[in-house]
Amino acid sequence: MKKKTFTKPFVYGILIIYAVVTFMPFLWAILSSFKPLEEIVSGITFFPENFTLNNYTEIFSREPLFLRWMFNSLFITAFMVVLNIIFNSMAGYALARVKFAGRKFWFFLILVVLMIPFQVTLIPSYLILKAFGWLDTYQGLIIPGMVNATFIFMMRQFFLNFPKELEEAAQMDGLSRIGTFFKIVMPLAKPALAAQAVFIFMSSWNDFMRPLIIMSSEEMFTLTLGLNSFKGQYISFWNLIMAASTLMTIPSLLIYAFFNRYFIKGVTFTGGK
Amino acid sequence: MSKGMKEGISGYLFMTPTIFTIGVFVVIPILYAFYLSLNDVQLLGGIGYEFIGLENYTRTLDDTRAMIALKNTAEYVLIVVPVQTCLALLLAAALNSNIRGKNAFRIIFFLPTVTSSAVLTIIFMWMYNPDGLINTFLSFLSLPTYNWLADPDIALKSIMIMNIWATAPFFMVIYLAAMQDISDSVYEAATIDGANWWQKFIFITVPILKPVTFFVVVMGVIGTFQLFDQSYIFSGGSGGPNNSTLTVVLLIYQYAFKSLDMGYASALAVVLAFIIMIVTIIQKKFFGEEKLHD
Repeated sequence: MKKKTFTKPFVYGILIIYAVVTFMPFLWAILSSFKPLEEIVSGITFFPENFTLNNYTEIFSREPLFLRWMFNSLFITAFMVVLNIIFNSMAGYALARVKFAGRKFWFFLILVVLMIPFQVTLIPSYLILKAFGWLDTYQGLIIPGMVNATFIFMMRQFFLNFPKELEEAAQMDGLSRIGTFFKIVMPLAKPALAAQAVFIFMSSWNDFMRPLIIMSSEEMFTLTLGLNSFKGQYISFWNLIMAASTLMTIPSLLIYAFFNRYFIKGVTFTGGK
Repeated sequence: MSKGMKEGISGYLFMTPTIFTIGVFVVIPILYAFYLSLNDVQLLGGIGYEFIGLENYTRTLDDTRAMIALKNTAEYVLIVVPVQTCLALLLAAALNSNIRGKNAFRIIFFLPTVTSSAVLTIIFMWMYNPDGLINTFLSFLSLPTYNWLADPDIALKSIMIMNIWATAPFFMVIYLAAMQDISDSVYEAATIDGANWWQKFIFITVPILKPVTFFVVVMGVIGTFQLFDQSYIFSGGSGGPNNSTLTVVLLIYQYAFKSLDMGYASALAVVLAFIIMIVTIIQKKFFGEEKLHD
């Protein structure tokens, strides 16, 4: 019993210290986005002494493209999420349930794709997109990422354990494979789809390297690229940079707050469990 | 139409988007990458190829910047992976003990995972400023301060610290999920034998988690080998100061999209892919054989 009383405060201590270490940079960045520039350059304050919302309005007036970047990010991410959910589930379902010639080969190929570092495909994919005339376009960013081997694999595992009786009943009622899939199977796969959606959202919204390579004109930048060029232009206006960073993070935080449990589920799904 | 044929058609209907995307943007690019790596590629106007055999590969040996990038990347992997793995394990163990407020801690710890690397890097660059938050805090504690961004001896370490901070919680969640599956009876037996918290952790938890550790280390190695966003944003794309934050992927990016030397950049990418795969196979051997003795 004595040991327990020693361990508990110790464990709490570790967790609280680490929580502070994790939270502090965010808190400081958000609080600083409400400070006028004079306060930021005149030394370190924690809470804003002269609270202001000007930084947020100033981003949009100084950088007229900021709104466009937000739209680009939202547009691309929305497409990525919807297409990935549908296509990954279709492939996962076919690999788990439909008996077609070559099924083993395609599954093997998915496993190989999982192991290929994406840098190898980066340069050739760029040249292929160039040949298609898709550089600096939305489809150049969306189409190559509209399926994801990790989530095809995950959906296959999910559908392997899916109750067969439901599909058989639907087929007795005269539904085709495709009808069964969209009307019966997909609605029952919602938790797996939600986990997938959250992950695709985060990776698309936060992606830096692919937009950097594919998008060249400023109007086509996503928010991550825009933020980087904004930082470059207004290098010492940390109040504006922090406001822009906060705006960029809000959608992720909202998604995370609403879908927290699916997020954890997704981590453990992809975590080989 | 027979039932078998119907199944075949619907199977391929379901697979079409996947086969198209993976075919055009993964399988063909892999073959194309090998081809590019054996050529001197000219991008002016159209694309011109001149077959030069293994010259791009032998060129890496004389390329000082490639050697620096490899050394930086290796140093980065060797420090970041062990530290973030141990930290993830310890945090998971702490969260898994019988305490209150688990969810609140988990939500806070997870913030860096959901935030983009671009935003995290920008926030850290600001905190790393010579008179920024971190130096102010260090001097308040009478500790030495550093020029985190501009000192070539420190810049890579600044990125390491930031990345360990950002990635450890992700792996913590994986450990935590696995720990919750370990049955209580194992620990109860150890408690009766008089084992304390630390002994139970070292002799029960850690060995049971070996397969998870394999996964965490492999994912960690793959992730750290691919370091790009942070060093790009940190150095404005240059890999500076004095090449100290130059990583292999950043170098590939510079050759391919700044110097437009796509053949040589492809050779570097192929080499990187082989290194990652060989390291993964070695790890599998190491952890796999260990597992046989359990």
